[in-house]
Amino acid sequence: MYITVFLILFPMFMFLLLVGMRHKNPKWLALGGAVVELAVSIYAWINFIPGAERQFSIVIPMPYSFGISFNVGIDGISLPLVLLTTVLVPLIILSSSDKNFNRPSLFYGLVLLMQAALIGVFTSFDVILFYVFWELALIPIYLICLIWGREGKGGKITIKFFIYTLVGSLLMLVGILFVYMTGDRPLGPNAFSLNVFYEIGQRMQPGQQRFVFWMIFVAFAIKMPIFPFHTWQPDTYTKAPTQGTMLLSGIMLKMGIYGVIRWLIPVVPFAVVQFSNVALILSVIGIVYASCIALVQKNLKTLVAYSSIAHVGLISAGVFTRSIIGIQGAMIQMFSHGLVVVGLFYLIDIIEQKAGSAEFKDLGGIRNVAPKFTTAFVVIMLGSVALPLTSGFIGEFLLINSLVQYQVWIGAIAGLTIILGAVYMLVAFQKAMSGELQPGLASFTDLSISEKVVLYPVVLLIIIIGVYPGPLMAVSESSVSALVNSLPDLTPFIRP
Amino acid sequence: MNTLFTIAGVGILALIAEIVNLKRWLTLVVILGLAGALAFLPWYTNHAESAPAFNAMLMFDGSAVAFTWLIVIVTVFWLWMSAGYLRQGEHQTDKTSLVIFVVLGAVIMASFNNMAMLFLGLEILSLSLYALAGSKKDSLSSIESAFKYFLMGSFATGFLIFGIALVYGASHSFNLGEIFNFVKDNPDALPAYFYAGVVLMMVGLAFKISSVPFHFWAPDVYEGAPTAITSLMATVVKIAAIAAFWRIFGIIFCLTASHWVNIVYAMVVLTLVIPNITAIYQQKVKRMLAYSSVAHVGYILLGFVALANGNFVNPLPIIFYLAAYSVSSLAAFSVLIKVEENGGSFSGLYYRNKWLAVTMIVALMSMAGIPPMAGFTAKYLVFIAALSANLVPLVILAVITSAISVYYYFRVIIQMFDKDGSVEPVNVSWSIAILNFIFLVLMIVLGIFPAFDLLMRLIQS
Repeated sequence: MYITVFLILFPMFMFLLLVGMRHKNPKWLALGGAVVELAVSIYAWINFIPGAERQFSIVIPMPYSFGISFNVGIDGISLPLVLLTTVLVPLIILSSSDKNFNRPSLFYGLVLLMQAALIGVFTSFDVILFYVFWELALIPIYLICLIWGREGKGGKITIKFFIYTLVGSLLMLVGILFVYMTGDRPLGPNAFSLNVFYEIGQRMQPGQQRFVFWMIFVAFAIKMPIFPFHTWQPDTYTKAPTQGTMLLSGIMLKMGIYGVIRWLIPVVPFAVVQFSNVALILSVIGIVYASCIALVQKNLKTLVAYSSIAHVGLISAGVFTRSIIGIQGAMIQMFSHGLVVVGLFYLIDIIEQKAGSAEFKDLGGIRNVAPKFTTAFVVIMLGSVALPLTSGFIGEFLLINSLVQYQVWIGAIAGLTIILGAVYMLVAFQKAMSGELQPGLASFTDLSISEKVVLYPVVLLIIIIGVYPGPLMAVSESSVSALVNSLPDLTPFIRP
Repeated sequence: MNTLFTIAGVGILALIAEIVNLKRWLTLVVILGLAGALAFLPWYTNHAESAPAFNAMLMFDGSAVAFTWLIVIVTVFWLWMSAGYLRQGEHQTDKTSLVIFVVLGAVIMASFNNMAMLFLGLEILSLSLYALAGSKKDSLSSIESAFKYFLMGSFATGFLIFGIALVYGASHSFNLGEIFNFVKDNPDALPAYFYAGVVLMMVGLAFKISSVPFHFWAPDVYEGAPTAITSLMATVVKIAAIAAFWRIFGIIFCLTASHWVNIVYAMVVLTLVIPNITAIYQQKVKRMLAYSSVAHVGYILLGFVALANGNFVNPLPIIFYLAAYSVSSLAAFSVLIKVEENGGSFSGLYYRNKWLAVTMIVALMSMAGIPPMAGFTAKYLVFIAALSANLVPLVILAVITSAISVYYYFRVIIQMFDKDGSVEPVNVSWSIAILNFIFLVLMIVLGIFPAFDLLMRLIQS
């Protein structure tokens, strides 16, 4: 049961170690820490008994603080995301092995602090603790974008990102406190625990539920981001250092989806039923809108940034169907999207380093000089367009299946994502990889060993999950169905 | 009340220190004296012990004790931080003793049980401050600040006395308990001029807590005064003014709250919106901190809006907010003082002195209310207080303004990471480094382990 505590506190300890001490090789120290973390999380996975129960859980009441407790644990919904975090962070650290940051110990320390906060978000079962980790995750990523970003003086884009997400989370805080105040306001060690929250929330009046829904939904919608709340995202992704973009797109946006599954749907089920159409339509608009913008991008990086909005739109649409299939598909697709997007951003980073730019006009014909690079690009790209036998297919299939069951025409429009996704990704491949070799790219070297170390695991995982998703599905299955079945009977409220 | 004697004694000792040639160790002696004053304070009181003192002029009840703890501890930190300011130039003993008299006035304002004592405490505090604000005699802006503060302050005191007189006229007493009973016994038969008195007192005290629209003096005075004195105004003086405001409006007049609570709402809304937006346009960190200090009054007043129900206002959120704000604010000012000694520019501070920059970052984040820093827990408490009065729109407004505040706080952070900024390192003495470290730990520990229960026990009486 101390595994969860270890998973949260160990990266924090590494952060202090890295920042506090002068270490000669902070990169390898950080990598070592991340690998230990990965090993422990795999150990947790092996010892995890598939079932709906919360495992490795521990409740430590915080002294003198009105019922807030350090209440953490891992269940089927947390575990895939914990694994995603622990798998991606070592890859992200490795992906920077060619780079020489100034103040590397601070950089890697912040990456690990971010990891601690993310795992905290995914494992907290106390709402205030969840909120604290939610905000804590924002600080390291903000500093990473600010100090090592490509933005010039002023930091306008990073501050826009910070304030945008902060407004969302503060509104969520109002929602959380509102739920607490409508309950009996107990002061025991479980005053803010998940189950108490579900109980209070489900007993609330419809009007109160509607209010809480909007307060909390906005926070998650900004984080994901869903259509009208997405404006911070493309700029931030392009201006952040590559590792920051990977953290943001690979792991951080999953916080929003996880939040909807864990902290929105079961807390205010009636309001979710009432507004799920709104949320679904926003998500679907996001899919189509972002795909169309991605089609006309002239830069590979912004293209991937917009494609990320489209993919996340599909995931959130699936979640808002509140069906087992939809949420299960979201769990798989979150994992797959994390892998794919980290892979893609790394590929783009390599292109930017070797070719000096990721604009399509400067690219073309890389296939001729770098076959291994092209192979990795193809597999990851196919994962992104959800070709069968890649991980993306499993998730998108389940998601679209759930949408069609919910409402055929929504499913049909959301299905466009596969077509449009294939179009913009293949066009991108065509422009960047095939065709005549651009004169500036003659010196484009193929993958080096350090690049292989990052890309090959990603490629392998994409294929393995695509061929044999069973183990990953089994982890979350019973938790998801328990969650969906625990919702009160809402059929009379569902409008045709 | 022995506390009060001790503080006054320390003040007089500081005044005569020049004669007995104690100057070198003066700050240390004063800190020890204040610690001695704390020793006379009970850790917590129960109801029987909180008897009125000095012919019912003062009353050290639970909340007064809590406020006094806060005032004295903050002053000790302030003295530690400002030892350099006190030592530089002439008149070390005068400045030190004036500061101690500020504390004396502040403690009286936290514990008065008689309107006359409120006036006395306020004047002891203000007169000392007028002199301190002008203590940099060769600086024109310091003198301007003192003069402005004096004019505005005496104007406000005029309002306050007028209000006290009207309330006295209605209730025939200066004693808080008797005024409270008078209100309770004649809920429907209060003369109109009683309410006029209440509102005039509110105007007077709103000047002192610098709530909008009575805040216009604050930025100019804060900017002109020596930075150490500015930090004293932003912390100790603010605690005392809020304590007095709470004692008057949170307890004594709370039964009549329905008649004037709308004014408080209006002040909350204005104090949340205007300074937070004005602060964005400030170019100097010191002036930005002045506006931010005004803005924080808005959040503290949010703790008062539970008045709508005619209940006593729970002082816990207010005291905790003041504690968290004072620590963060002192930390920010201590960095500011060091930066001012080294050219006054924050740009590239991280590369010039890492720990100073880290202290500033944590302080600014705490003031912006980002968990797990102390400022978040404080905001959490006042939001809960406002939500318990069902004032959801006010809370949402407060949330939005605190997101706005992030913009101007983080501009400083961005500047500290500016790579093209000046490169000369900032050197910090050991004593200030240790102090900054204590601030850092306090800001995080107050956020994670807020010790509400202890505070509750202290206040309950």
